[in-house]
Parts: sequence; C-alpha cells; structure tokens
Amino acid sequence: MATLPSNQTDVELPVTHQPVDVARALSPRRPATWVLSVITVVVAVQLVHLFLTNPNFEWDVVAQYLNSETVLQGVVMTLFLTVTAMTIGLVLGGILAVCRLSDNALLRALASAYIWFFRGTPQLVQLIFWFNIGLLVPVLSIGIPFGPTFASIESNSLVTPLLAAIVGLGLHDAAYQAEIYRAGLISVDEGQLEAAKALGMKPVRVFFRIQLPQAMRFIVPPTFNSIIALVKGTSLVSVIGGAELLFSVKEIYSQTYQTVPLLIVASIWYLFITTVLNGVQFFIERHYGRGSSRNGSSSPVVRFLDRRAAERNLNRGMES
Amino acid sequence: MTQPILRISGLRKQFSGVEVLKGIDLKVRVGETVAILGSSGSGKSTLLRCVNCLEVPSGGSIWLGDELMGYRQESGGAVRRLTESQIAVQRRKVGMVFQNFNLFPHWTVLQNIADGPRSILKLSKAEAIERSMTLLTRVGLADRAHAYPRQLSGGQQQRVAIARALALEPAVLLFDEPTSALDPENVGEVTDVMAALAASGATMLVVTHELGFARAAADRVVFMDGGVILEQGTPTEVFDNSQQARTREFMRKTLV
Repeated sequence: MATLPSNQTDVELPVTHQPVDVARALSPRRPATWVLSVITVVVAVQLVHLFLTNPNFEWDVVAQYLNSETVLQGVVMTLFLTVTAMTIGLVLGGILAVCRLSDNALLRALASAYIWFFRGTPQLVQLIFWFNIGLLVPVLSIGIPFGPTFASIESNSLVTPLLAAIVGLGLHDAAYQAEIYRAGLISVDEGQLEAAKALGMKPVRVFFRIQLPQAMRFIVPPTFNSIIALVKGTSLVSVIGGAELLFSVKEIYSQTYQTVPLLIVASIWYLFITTVLNGVQFFIERHYGRGSSRNGSSSPVVRFLDRRAAERNLNRGMES
Repeated sequence: MTQPILRISGLRKQFSGVEVLKGIDLKVRVGETVAILGSSGSGKSTLLRCVNCLEVPSGGSIWLGDELMGYRQESGGAVRRLTESQIAVQRRKVGMVFQNFNLFPHWTVLQNIADGPRSILKLSKAEAIERSMTLLTRVGLADRAHAYPRQLSGGQQQRVAIARALALEPAVLLFDEPTSALDPENVGEVTDVMAALAASGATMLVVTHELGFARAAADRVVFMDGGVILEQGTPTEVFDNSQQARTREFMRKTLV
C-alpha cells in the first residue's frame, strides 16, 4: 500500500512564490466543442440554403394551402379525433388501471385481458377492423341476451369512418393509458397509503386525495408522450377515409401533384399542435411538482403563490 | 384503577407461514403510557399495526372500548370481517405516528393536520384551522404552518405527524419507532413532546428503542421477544429488577 503524504507533517510542498487565487481562473480548453460548433453552423447554413433555394419545396404553394379551407377542416378533424380519443383513453384507462390494481381477481383478469389484446395488435389493424365491423356483426341490436330484441340497426350504416376512428383510437389509447396510470399509482410510497388509512380516510378518499395527486408527477410526462403520439396517430384514420389533416392534404395533392409542399403543410400543423401541447405539459408538471423540490430559499413571490394555492386546495378539499 | 380501553387477547399473526406474533395478551388502561421494547423481529411493530388494522391478524382479538377492531359479531355468533370503509371509521379512534413520518408531501403542514378534522370530523374550516394551530403551537411549530413537509427537519416533521394524529382526538395513540429515523440531535425534541403528551393523560402505546424515554415517561414497560411478551411491569421492575436473562441481555446491549 502506498503511503499517503498528506498524513505526514514533514512532506515537501511545492514552493510557490506568489499567492494563487482561482477566482479569475480561465475555462478549460475544449477543442472538440469548437470543432462541433463549426460543423453545426456549416450544416445549418446548408439546410437553410437548401430550404430557400431548392424549388421543389415550393414555399409559395405551402403558403397558399396553409390556411386553405380544406386543410383547416382537416386540422379541426385531427383535433376533434385527438380530444375524443384522448378523453376515452384517459377515462377508460383510469378504470382499467384501478381494475388491474383491485383486490378483485375477476376485475384484474378482465383488465389484463383488455390490455393484452388492445396493446398487442397494431392500431392500424384495429382501425380497419372497426371500420369493417359489419363483416363480423352485420346487425347491432339492443335487447335481452338470448331473448327478445327491442331495436336493431345495420352495422354498416352506424359505423361511419368517424365513429370507427373514435372507437379505434380511443380503445387502443386506453390500453396504453391504463399502464401509465398503473405505473404512477404503484410508484407512490406504501407509507403514504398507510398514513392516510391510519387517519381513518375511506378508500375512495385515499385514492383521490393522497395516491392519485402524488402519482400525477409520474403520470403526466408519459401521458403527454402518449397524447402527442395520438395526435400523429390520427393520421392513420386517412386509411379508412376519415377527413383528417393527412387525408385533406392527400386530397389536394392527388389532384395537383404538389406532394412535397402539401406534406410540409401537414407537418407544420402537426408541429404546431404538438408544440402547444408541450407548453400545456410544462404548466401541468409545475402544478403537480408542489412540495417536491421547493426549499426554504425560494423567493417571497413563489412562497406567496404557494400559500395561495395551498389555501385554495384546503378550501376545495374540505368541501367534500 | 380505570377500565382498560384496549384489550388484546391471544393475538397471533403469521406472514407466509412464519409466526411473528404467538399469542399476545395486553390491556391498556385510559391515560396509560405503555412502552414496548424488544429487538428487531420480536414482533413489536406488527403488534402495533394489528391494533389499527394495518395488518390482518391470524387469530385472537383486539377490542377498543366496546368495538372489535376489524370485525363484527353477527347475531348468530359468527364473526365477519369488516370492509375497508367500515374499518376506516374504526381507525378514527386510533392515532398513529410512523417511523418515517409519512406526512403528505403535496400538502402544507396546516393541510396535513386540518384535513382530518375538516373532512372526517366535519368541523368548519375556521374550527379545523383553529384546532390545527393550537396543536402546532403545542408541538412548537406554529410558525411553520404554511411550509411543505420537505422544508422541515426530521424532528419537525415528526412533531407535525404527532399533531396530525392528535387532530382527530383519538382514544389511543400508537407510536411505531417514532425516533428511529431521526438524527440523534433531533430525538430529544420528539421525545419531549411525547413525554408531555403522556403526562397530560393521553393513552399511548409506544414501540421504541429510546430506553431513556421509556424509563422516564412510561407507566408500564413491555418486553417482547420472539413473538411473545416475555416480561412486563413498571420501568423500575423491568429496567432494574428484570426476572428474565433475555431482558437483562437486551438492556445491557442497548444501553452499552
């Protein structure tokens, strides 16, 4: 074992004639950073040059169609499909997650089977399947099982591309969302649940006031991941003839053959929607980060806002 | 002698075949402070957790006043397990303080304490806050009402946890190693609060390794070993005149 000179009092220290102060020390040299910066600038300039000079982009066509009625209708349909499928996914996913974590073995098995099926088959296959449900079940009817029928309707007239899209996207999304909820719920410390129970809270209150709010920190990021995937996933609906964004631009370029500029139009709109969602995610994450990383040194303004939020929370929680 | 408020008879608990409690009989009277000592694995925490139904016993019974904890006697003489919601109502009479505090991190100190009185005892908001502030003053933390738990030291968090348990005015308070997760310098502030509570007539069941606290504040000391109560008596009887070699060995090793 080597001797440790620092333990010896008679060790020779290097003699320095001037006292050293590291306060004005220079940054270390980083040649690789310089090389990378130069490469980045060159590539960026090339890209901008390509965008501006390559006539195939047809920026004038992009500008012409960006706000056109057909495209805007497609954007509205994409948003509508996203919101409806997301709502189904968030609600049904929540129910599935609670079932999967339930004490009841039948509920657990049902939820597991659902997730196994809807997560295990491609979304596109599911969409086409729902659109063609009439081939499997020609007539949908309401009545007593194996008994008399009260009302019936032909599947083909009921299942429009829109309905098939909502059902297909929503049911698929629910399977993924259930697993996101479940991951968040089981990440909450067991001690938190025990403390809530020990205070005499009933199971529903333990879930909504203690477990879910703490799970949200783990649920929100992957949920936005999934919502953003859903925004783009709505483009699959074009296959079954749903008039969403991709379908709309396809309709235009199938006549004008301006494929590239119209795909750029669609991309700009998809990027716009997902960028807005990123912003929403930031605020929701900040909300659920309460009490997690704040320390005593936060500014008076932040403390004031926190206190106001806490009072609101107290009022809201105490109404039940 | 006052009536026993808590009566534990023949309590047994198994975890996957391993018997952790092998028939515990223990009575706690109103206003009594009972310290439960023993090495880890002796079953003391399990005993405490059975009292407020965080563990389901394998046998025996626990009576709190005239209520059978976790169960109901039916007219035919059969005993039926209660639902979680029914057990929640029973638990309101039992306060618990945990080793790791388990304050709710997304709520402020005041919310942590006031939620129970407000949502469970249905006090008005003003009454709930007033009660919470009185309790916070009692544990010396009135100035931290709007802090989040993470902004407090371990000792402060545990004092808030005690105030939270007291807010429902429980008949019995359970302490599960309340100072074991604390820095040594913070232990005193928590045991001081507990000693004051004991002196004020609270009924307390305290699992602890703080022998100094047990000797000074407990009316009775219970020594557990291997899932049974080996010995119990006044602090003087157990600490100074133990009849059991195992107890004396534990005392010698723990006191150092």
